[in-house]
Amino acid sequence: METLLKITELTKNFGGFTALSGVNLQVAVGERLGLIGPNGSGKTTLINCISGAFNQTQGTIELKGREITKLRAFERTRLGICRSFQIPRPFASMTVLENLLVPIAFVGGSDGPRETEEAMTILRQMGLDSKAYVQSNQLSQVELRKMELARAMAAKPQLLISDEAMAGLAGAEVDEILQILFDLNSKGITVIMIEHIMQAVMKFSQRVVCLDTGKIICQGTPSEVVKDPQVQRAYLGD
Amino acid sequence: MKFWTSSVVILALFFGLTLLDVNEYIFFAGFVVLQFIVLSTAWNILGGYAGYVNFGVPAFLAVGAYSAVILFKGVGAPIIIQIIGGGIMAGLLGLGVGLLTLKLRGIFFSIATVAVVFILETCVNNWRYLGGATGLQLTRPDGLWFFGTYTRFLFFMMAILALLAVATARYVQTSFLGRGLRAVRDSEEAAECSGVPTLKLKLIACTVSGALMGIAGAPMPMYLSFIEPTSIFNLSYAISALGMPIIGGTSHWIGPLVGAIVLATVQQIVTVTVSSELNVLVVGVLLIVFVVAAPDGIIGLFKKWKRSSK
Repeated sequence: METLLKITELTKNFGGFTALSGVNLQVAVGERLGLIGPNGSGKTTLINCISGAFNQTQGTIELKGREITKLRAFERTRLGICRSFQIPRPFASMTVLENLLVPIAFVGGSDGPRETEEAMTILRQMGLDSKAYVQSNQLSQVELRKMELARAMAAKPQLLISDEAMAGLAGAEVDEILQILFDLNSKGITVIMIEHIMQAVMKFSQRVVCLDTGKIICQGTPSEVVKDPQVQRAYLGD
Repeated sequence: MKFWTSSVVILALFFGLTLLDVNEYIFFAGFVVLQFIVLSTAWNILGGYAGYVNFGVPAFLAVGAYSAVILFKGVGAPIIIQIIGGGIMAGLLGLGVGLLTLKLRGIFFSIATVAVVFILETCVNNWRYLGGATGLQLTRPDGLWFFGTYTRFLFFMMAILALLAVATARYVQTSFLGRGLRAVRDSEEAAECSGVPTLKLKLIACTVSGALMGIAGAPMPMYLSFIEPTSIFNLSYAISALGMPIIGGTSHWIGPLVGAIVLATVQQIVTVTVSSELNVLVVGVLLIVFVVAAPDGIIGLFKKWKRSSK
């Protein structure tokens, strides 16, 4: 399968602390990848490096064979790397619709009635069309999570990174978000899911990668990873 | 269209006023009110739209004023050239300050802008060509064109500059630039991850804001016939320029306009009837009242009233 994302020997230091150490990872076009690991294992640091929020200390990142290591976050977004945030970051002074119009205007380069219709289509897919003109700081937790995914979708991603999009949600709400991610993947979007809800990760992922202390300790199918002694040790201790 | 029609009507009224036989103080005080419209509108482009609080207003104002002095003293440039020159120099200062400081956020950015004021004041204090710490006396030309006095001419000139500043702020707000700056204010990281070139937009905002502050400062030496560093680098300009948008409302281009008209007019009345020292107290008290009771300013109060009356 064609490789979408290739990470080679990625290292990230914060002063004397090494958050990521020589990470190598490849993600195929259209793949559903689960990224797991205990708290502080480096999952969010890894996606911050992929999305461009952090500059890596060493290593390279390629998107479809093009090196993007030195590109800034907005340039990577324009190339198709989009993400949601662990703690939702809505543009609070804007309505839900306006939140989507930001990436549409800055990635697509135009802003008019056609773009508004495009944003409304995405909101309909997410079940948020009735909230289009509601101020984004008035949304419930699950609506905020959906809006973050919708905003990422508005940037026309090739790769969507979902950073704990189900955190703090109830059972039915988790299923709702999971279904959205399945739908997006069925449209050809590659999805990397970071999640602590193991059932969701196991259900969603074709491949799971487990990080611990900044290193990949195991990768394989969900059932292989769950049985791996190193993964069990990382989560449960010796 | 409504905006431009209203602007032309207001300018025509101001022009008509300059032809009337009225007390000269109206133009003297009116110049200050209009100057604060330019300053507060300029401040709001970076401070209100993007959320970067700039305390360096006196530095930009002074660069505009001293650039005008250099052009006047050096080549006898007319006021229009002085204003253009002042705007360009202050815009370049905005670009430079932006390049050096816009990677800082919050209070760190604000402190860096205060430092610019002190650095430039020290430079001017030791620059003899500009009069150093003692200042410089300037002789004003006589009345120009239809205007009986130079003060009336400067009043009308400042009205045009105020219109230019408000039109610029309105354009920035309604363009994709404004949407990007609002995204920066709400969450810079989310904005960057939504494809917004945050640094570029902030640099544009800082440059435009600086240039507008510069054009507000450029006519000052001629207005006062005198310039000296202690007054022009006074931090009370920064307090007023940020207080006016906060009182009027920072989210809309009308906010700084309303805030400046209200506050600068009250300040002028207080100056004449009570004391000029009371100016800053008026700004301070109103600022506290609005921050506590109406953080969205007069515009916010108006919107709330409109919603509740529906």
